[in-house]
Amino acid sequence: MKVVVVGAGIVGAAIARELAMAGVSVVVLDRSASAGGTSAAGEGNLLVSDKGPGAELSLALRSLTLWRSLLPEVADTFPSIEYETKGGLVVATTDAGAAALRAFADLQRTAGVSAAEVDGLDYEPDLNSAHTAAIFYPQDAQVQPAIATEALLAVARRHGASVRQGVEVLGPLRGGDRLTGVATSGGDVSGDHVVVAAGPWSGEVARRLGVELPVRPRRGTILVTTRMRQRIRHKVYDADYVGAVGSDDAALQTSSVVESTAAGTVLIGSSRERRGFDERIEARVLSAVAAKALVLFPFLAGVAVMRAYGGFRPFVPDHLPVIGPDPRLPGLWHATGHEGAGIVLSTATGELLGDLLLGRAPRVPAEAFAVDRPTLRPHLEPSPDQ
Amino acid sequence: MSAETPDVLVVGAGPAGLAAADAARRAGARVVLLDAAGDAGGQYWRHLPASRPAAAERVLHHGWDRFAALRGQEVLTDAQVWLAERHDDRPPTLHVLVGPADGSDRVRRTFAPTTLVLATGAYERTLPFPGWDLPGVFTAGAAQALAKAERIAVGRRVVVAGAGPFLLPVAASLVRTGAQVLGVLEANGWRRLARAWSARPAELLSTRHKAGELAGYVRDLARHRIPYRTGTAVVAAHGTDRVTSVTVARLDADWAPVMGSERRVPADAVCVSHGFVPRTELAVSAGCRLTRDGGVRTDENGLTSVPGVYAAGEITGIGGADLALAEGVVAGLAAAAAADPAGGGISAGQRRDRTVNQRFAARLEAAHGIRPGWVGWLADDTVICRCEEVTAGDLRAGAAATGSRGLRSLKLSTRAGLGVCQGRVCGRTVEDLLNRHTGGLLDAGRTETRPLAAFVRLGELAAGADKEEPA
Amino acid sequence: MNPRQDPVRPGPASPITVIVDGSAVRGLAGQTVAGVLLAAGRLAWRTTRSGRPRGVFCGIGVCHDCLVTVNGLADVRACQRRAADGDTVSTEDEA
Ligand SMILES: Cc1cc2nc3c(=O)[nH]c(=O)nc-3n(C[C@H](O)[C@H](O)[C@H](O)COP(=O)(O)OP(=O)(O)OC[C@H]3O[C@@H](n4cnc5c(N)ncnc54)[C@H](O)[C@@H]3O)c2cc1C
Ligand SMILES: Cc1cc2nc3c(=O)[nH]c(=O)nc-3n(C[C@H](O)[C@H](O)[C@H](O)COP(=O)(O)OP(=O)(O)OC[C@H]3O[C@@H](n4cnc5c(N)ncnc54)[C@H](O)[C@@H]3O)c2cc1C
Repeated sequence: MKVVVVGAGIVGAAIARELAMAGVSVVVLDRSASAGGTSAAGEGNLLVSDKGPGAELSLALRSLTLWRSLLPEVADTFPSIEYETKGGLVVATTDAGAAALRAFADLQRTAGVSAAEVDGLDYEPDLNSAHTAAIFYPQDAQVQPAIATEALLAVARRHGASVRQGVEVLGPLRGGDRLTGVATSGGDVSGDHVVVAAGPWSGEVARRLGVELPVRPRRGTILVTTRMRQRIRHKVYDADYVGAVGSDDAALQTSSVVESTAAGTVLIGSSRERRGFDERIEARVLSAVAAKALVLFPFLAGVAVMRAYGGFRPFVPDHLPVIGPDPRLPGLWHATGHEGAGIVLSTATGELLGDLLLGRAPRVPAEAFAVDRPTLRPHLEPSPDQ
Repeated sequence: MSAETPDVLVVGAGPAGLAAADAARRAGARVVLLDAAGDAGGQYWRHLPASRPAAAERVLHHGWDRFAALRGQEVLTDAQVWLAERHDDRPPTLHVLVGPADGSDRVRRTFAPTTLVLATGAYERTLPFPGWDLPGVFTAGAAQALAKAERIAVGRRVVVAGAGPFLLPVAASLVRTGAQVLGVLEANGWRRLARAWSARPAELLSTRHKAGELAGYVRDLARHRIPYRTGTAVVAAHGTDRVTSVTVARLDADWAPVMGSERRVPADAVCVSHGFVPRTELAVSAGCRLTRDGGVRTDENGLTSVPGVYAAGEITGIGGADLALAEGVVAGLAAAAAADPAGGGISAGQRRDRTVNQRFAARLEAAHGIRPGWVGWLADDTVICRCEEVTAGDLRAGAAATGSRGLRSLKLSTRAGLGVCQGRVCGRTVEDLLNRHTGGLLDAGRTETRPLAAFVRLGELAAGADKEEPA
Repeated sequence: MNPRQDPVRPGPASPITVIVDGSAVRGLAGQTVAGVLLAAGRLAWRTTRSGRPRGVFCGIGVCHDCLVTVNGLADVRACQRRAADGDTVSTEDEA
């Protein structure tokens, strides 16, 4: 069997690894270089703390298990993927926020998430002492997402996959009513199956292949500080994070995610805003992100920011990834729409896609991610404004 | 935060910016001229601060009278532009912090000018060599800046090396600051220099001012018995916690070191420059297209690819202070005219000045541009990215391990260019080396993208929250 | 350089004192922090992650090798910041 994977981001990389290890012949195509899209433009938080019970949380929990188990594969041949299980501390700063956070944590515990109310200052001595509640999530971890992407691709290559960079998918190859490959800037590439894992550009790639898929970009901007002595030990978020992830609002929202990296810098995220593929970095966004971070850690006020960067989270209207075959075009598969969680979810996404494609029993409920699930079905027709 | 709206905003008060602002003011425009430095003058006319007056400062300078005439205008100093917000159809909104460099309580100001002149100059490109991260190794510009603005010589026994005529004024300043210059080493051989400098001699006559300046420096070297060696380079610096000696070697025409030609020279400082890199971060953020050499692309009026945005001086390419001045005049007049179409125009003479000086710039590149053989003096453990201490070997290993042809990905996996200088020092070198290791990067040129032009404190950023309106 | 031999013929300048890692260092008003340190004979003051010494490299605010902490605020470019009388400067050690 031969499978064409479109996109050498972390999702395409995880799929390529999964399939190649199962003996499938895999070719990964990317119009640019590997790990050059969203997977190199965000953070590498592997979180369960921000997810309520449901299909996405199941996928995340499975992913965490897989992240741990694949570490030996990438241990010696690669620069470190900087996997760290440092745990996340979610902090409320208002009384209402504290009540909401506690209720959310209670729900999460019923679904297998460890969550303990703690004294925030025991965990983060420099935390704003005026906070109203702090919940510690020991399962939260992190990786360096670009290195992790390259590492997964390297494993795939070791198992025979080929990765072709600088090759853009332009249109379908069809045999009867089946997709039999893709036409690319580097010639035709045939395959028994084509998996679109093109991140926020998946909607565009799907359209080129002949179907509508409502994947859209949601802008996020992150600040990077200079290196400093480690004063932030865990991943620390304000409780607003929980609200923003599932929100549909197009306007600018920010919630703080503050974490120190292996390199000694601190990453401060992040904003969420729907504005197409507009790459501009704006002062109003940076200011809003900074102001939120100072609520958590007032000492950061004097810290220098040396860079701002950002990317586009691939999202679909019902905020769940799309993983599986497209019933409208046999041979076409999707693995996209992971929004702000594609790094963590990549490993179980690869596994689930492999399960479905190879006829193995899925280890997570697959229907929730189906292309034609009820909540997505209304969006599969081209919208009039396109 | 409400934005100020001058007719013309000029960023950078070096020769180009001073000339642009002066010309725009004379044309009747309301002009704001600002600079991150504490004083006007830019790199060329860097001078002692007002608190340290000197009777004969002009001995360190050329064109001091021109500066004296230009510096009388109002300049907003200590004003760091840290962000340019792109608008595509008009100049960007510029965000400025006014106060002590890298301070924490600077005043935020915002400008939405009718037209903008970017005159942010250039900084040096120094190719890495073993030991170049030792204290006592400086860029040639550092020696120049410390001599002119601090009256400090970077060492007692100093070797000046690299490529280009800029090495000559540096040697001259060092001598006038009390250092002994052991030699000026130019990487290019006589043959290349002669071919480039002697072609079309009539052309040089029209830039006789510049040629005369250079001739003066050569006489200066002779007077101080400073050897000028061509086809020669510093290929290593030695010492434990500071430079105590350097290895000097002959180079072939491609700048590859000639085996067996190495010799050790005791020295306590070495000043190295291999050319200049235009300082383009604001221009890139504003959406301006660049030339292949990395300068900002302009038309004959200095207009960039973005309506209302002009560029002048070394930000457009490397050509020296005379060209910067000539470009500044033209861009300043054009920017003033565009801001107020009723104003005056640009004379043929002013345009000619600009063209003549541009030919000089082309000659500079032909004579002194970097040749690929220099990698021959790198060792595997030579630091390439000074900030993150990434070595030549790390870059090669990173490219091999990942198989990536992406600069972005390779920067993230090796950390080259991710440190405090944000790839300003190593960026082009990292791209050059990775191009060799990957068979061609697919996203080259990315190092020039730096949304933040300078450090900003989180507290300063946060102070603007709520006050910001979408521009 | 020694003002008596200086061809620019410097006039009088007012002295300032800066506290560097706890010791008083004399400088002149208008000097940068890097200028004060170099004039006092210090060539290097920052330590990189791997323990290597660094001081001024580019001298014009580009390379960020010369970062110091001034009055408690970290990451100030010594070559760009004018020293003020009474400033407290501490050197940065990333090792
Ligand atoms: C600011 C921000 C912060 C984030 N933080 C986190 C976090 O902490 N944790 C987390 O889990 N997730 C996070 N995310 C989300 C995560 O980064 C994404 O969900 C994930 O990277 C998506 O990966 P991908 O492989 O689907 O897409 P990408 O990485 O975007 O890969 C898609 C690839 O497809 C290629 N492509 C596009 N069109 C074509 C074509 N026509 N032909 C060939 N190739 C094509 C592109 O070049 C690209 O390389 C964050 C995202 C952002 C923006
Ligand atoms: C260290 C150094 C020393 C030099 N010395 C000489 C010399 O002695 N002789 C010679 O012939 N050539 C010298 N040069 C070459 C010199 O660059 C040009 O000859 C000339 O100065 C170019 O003029 P300019 O106006 O284009 O730029 P510059 O003189 O470089 O002026 C640019 C100005 O823009 C300001 N600026 C940049 N970015 C920002 C920002 N984001 N916000 C606010 N302000 C900003 C800078 O502070 C600077 O003052 C030197 C170059 C360097 C780098």
